[in-house]
Order: sequence, then structure tokens, then C-alpha cells
Amino acid sequence: MGNKTPLYQCHLDAGARMVDFAGWDMPINYGSQIAEHEAVRSDAGMFDVSHMTVVDVNGAAAKAYLRHLLANDVAKLTLPGKALYSCMLNEQGGVIDDLIVYYLRDNHYRVVINSATRDKDLEWLERQSQGYPDLGVKFRGDVALLAVQGPNARDRVIGLFEAYQQEALRRLARFQAAEFDDCFVARTGYTGEDGFEIMMLAEHLPELWGRLLAAGVVPCGLGARDTLRLEAGMNLYGSDMDETTSPLVSGLGWTLAMSDDRDFIGKQALQAEQAAGLRQSFVGLLLLDKGVLRNHLRVVTPQGDGEITSGSYSPSLQRSIAMARVPAGAEGLVEVEVRNKMLKAEIVKLPFVREGKSMLNTGGNNK
Amino acid sequence: MSEVPSELKFMSSHEWVLVEDNIATIGVTDHAQELLGDLVYVELPEIGSAVAAGDSVGVIESVKAASDTYAPVSGEVVEVNTDLEGAPERINHDPYGDGWMYKLAMEDPEEAEDLLDAEAYAEAIADEE
Repeated sequence: MGNKTPLYQCHLDAGARMVDFAGWDMPINYGSQIAEHEAVRSDAGMFDVSHMTVVDVNGAAAKAYLRHLLANDVAKLTLPGKALYSCMLNEQGGVIDDLIVYYLRDNHYRVVINSATRDKDLEWLERQSQGYPDLGVKFRGDVALLAVQGPNARDRVIGLFEAYQQEALRRLARFQAAEFDDCFVARTGYTGEDGFEIMMLAEHLPELWGRLLAAGVVPCGLGARDTLRLEAGMNLYGSDMDETTSPLVSGLGWTLAMSDDRDFIGKQALQAEQAAGLRQSFVGLLLLDKGVLRNHLRVVTPQGDGEITSGSYSPSLQRSIAMARVPAGAEGLVEVEVRNKMLKAEIVKLPFVREGKSMLNTGGNNK
Repeated sequence: MSEVPSELKFMSSHEWVLVEDNIATIGVTDHAQELLGDLVYVELPEIGSAVAAGDSVGVIESVKAASDTYAPVSGEVVEVNTDLEGAPERINHDPYGDGWMYKLAMEDPEEAEDLLDAEAYAEAIADEE
């Protein structure tokens, strides 16, 4: 028996097929993950992400602590509620985890980290907090999360709020959050669609789930979450990057704030890696032959072999796509070894899909 | 609960076979498609090829995973369901009907007697769950 989120019974009631995910009983789908995927691309879907870990960081030293801890710079966050995506690195420049940090107000930040990495992350956060006086690093096991995503997601959520709150939610900019009583609503997500992520006390989440269900929002499982984030070119921790790979070879260079004299954990290693010249690049792959690309398959390029870090089927493009780490300089047509056969694939710019539209043949998008 | 039609024979690897005269029609079970989820690619054997019971004869892939499929009996492939190429989801919607995969001309029509009957297969998948 695994850990259960506050929505466990809601999932069973919605017909979920439950699986173990990092020790949690989570829905993989509610019948068809492709139908769920399509609901998010064309309308609105919701995901229980309560297994993720919420940590509040408080105190006069909170900003200095996070500026040292994270590879992106929380000093960029000046507007209350503003969010930032960042990697948390080890001294070798490897990725301990990727996360979102919200600036709530002076001396108050909220960090959302992955579930599979919870124990090591909390230990790291604690260890790095030594030497910062009066710093509170508090795991919020009482808070649960729901992501509501899709072109109609915001309207559906906003409709459930009081009139005076609706206006504030409607005005909420991307990567910006607002707090109402015990409810924290952020215009963030991990699907490549617009939408909200909502955090609230665990005991109140089933009621919100029920109201969203009644408003026509489609329950979506981890299966759809994976194909949505893959199409959106968004990394999955443990597959696309881990403690042995730096953000520079994981398509996450854009999240690094390297240019000023701020020191952060892993910065020296990244500078050394850059100075030596990057030997690998992180790319999108589009399968031209029939079949399905999978994690760990070998990618053969004229520059040498690479490896698929995440591969699956794209319901939006109706063909197989992947993210891969390949030798620097590899481009154009490559081959992927699938069950002793060499299949043709093409290196393409990420993402594959953004806001319901294919990005193929548009020259990509630099996030 | 997945559907297990009583007129069929089964392998524990989740293939079903219907024997009519010496022709065996083969597919994968309702339980298999439930486990795999939405199917997106099916690789079928070639018409005219000879297969032996237990041979790996193709692959079905869902969004989630790839799975080999095995021949429940021996024979020559005489027909394949080409509709699955463009519409592998037929296996999800109708695993025992439109989702059939291929037909074999059997060498020994009694070979199917060794396979699991519906009751034994239902028990096997109940143990799995």
C-alpha cells in the first residue's frame, strides 16, 4: 500500500487505473490517456499533483539562502506571487532536482519540488540552510496540489470563485500567483498549455475536484501528463537529467543565471564545463519511420552515439517523438536502434507542441 | 473486470485464439489491452510466413510500453488485419472482434487443445491482480 493523496477516493470514483509512482498510489489514466491528452490540448483537464513536495522558506536570510542554493536567481522575483523555474545543483554541477520557486512577499518563498526526490531534497535543503540565521525551511505536508490545464482551464477555475476574486484571477499574468484565504492559485503548469496550479489545505481539495468535475474539467492521469510535457519539450527529472548530468547538456541552459558575480552551488563546475566546450547537446527527435521511440534507445549520428532520455508517442502529432542527448554538432537525419532495427529519425528543435499547435517546421521556440 | 469469452482459448501471455475448422484467428485479450492502455502501433507477421507455437510474431505498442506477441499455435499466416495499421485503437475498443490481428492455417487443429480455456485464463489474470 502506497501513500495516498487527498484525492485518492476521487480517482477511484472517476474510474482511475491506479499505479505506484515513487511510493504513491496515483492514477495512470481514467480509461484513455490519449483522450485525456486531447482534452488538455483542446479544452481543460486536471491532474492531481499532490504527491509533489511543497516547502516554505521563511526568514530574513531566505533570499540569500535561495540565491546560493539555486542555479536560477530568485533576485529576479520582485513582484509578490512571481514564479521562477530553476535547477538545484550539486557541487559537480549535476541536477539534484528541478523545481518552481514562488516569491510570496518579503522574506517568504514557496518551493515546489518533485516527489521521487523528496527525501534527498529535504535533506539537502536542511544541510545547506546551516549558517543562515533564523531561516525556516518547512515541509508543508498539509498542502495539496491540483493542476488545471488547457485553453479553457482558467475560465473553468475562475468561474468557481467569488466575483471579487475573479477579477484578480483574470488579471493574473503568466508565471504569477495570487493567494486567497487558504487557496494559492498560480498561472503555471507543465503541459505547454495555459492554466492554473492550485495549492490548498489537503482537506479542501476533494471539494474543488468535485466542482471542477461538475464544470466539465476532465480528470487526467500521469500517462497524459507525460505525453503533454514531452510534446512541450519539458524535462522529466530522473529521465532527462539527474545528478550526473548538468543543465548545460539537458536543454536547461536557459534556466541558469551565470552572468553576474553571484555564487551558487555548482557554478564553478558549470563554468569549467563551458570553458572546456560542451561535448553533447540536448535535442528533440521526430521518428520518420513507424514505431515508438523509448527511453534509453541508442541514437546513431555521424558524430557518434547518443541516447534517448524520454521517448513516447505524441497524440497531437500522431507520431513518435523523443528528447535525446547526442554528440555536439549532430543535426538533421539520424538513426535510432529499436529492437535490432535501425529506424530513421530527424533532429528537431524543442518544443514539439505549444498551446495546441505543432511547432514542427516553425524553427522551434526558445522557451 | 475484463471480458473473457468462453468460446476462445488463451495463452498466459494474453493472446486469444479462435479455431474454426483449421483456421486460427488470433488477437490479444481485453485484459492485455487494459494493461497496455491506448495502443498506437501494431507490427503484424507477414502473409505466407510459417510460425511455430510460442514464436514471437509481432509487437504491439501502447503510448506506455511495447509488448511482444506470441503465436498460440503453429501454421502459416494466411491473413492479417491491415486495418490495425492505421487504427491500432481497434484493439482497445474491440479486442475480440475488429481488433483481431492475424489468421493461421493450422498444421494440427488439435494443437489448441493444450491452451488455457476461458476459466483457466480468468483465474490466471485474477491471480495477477
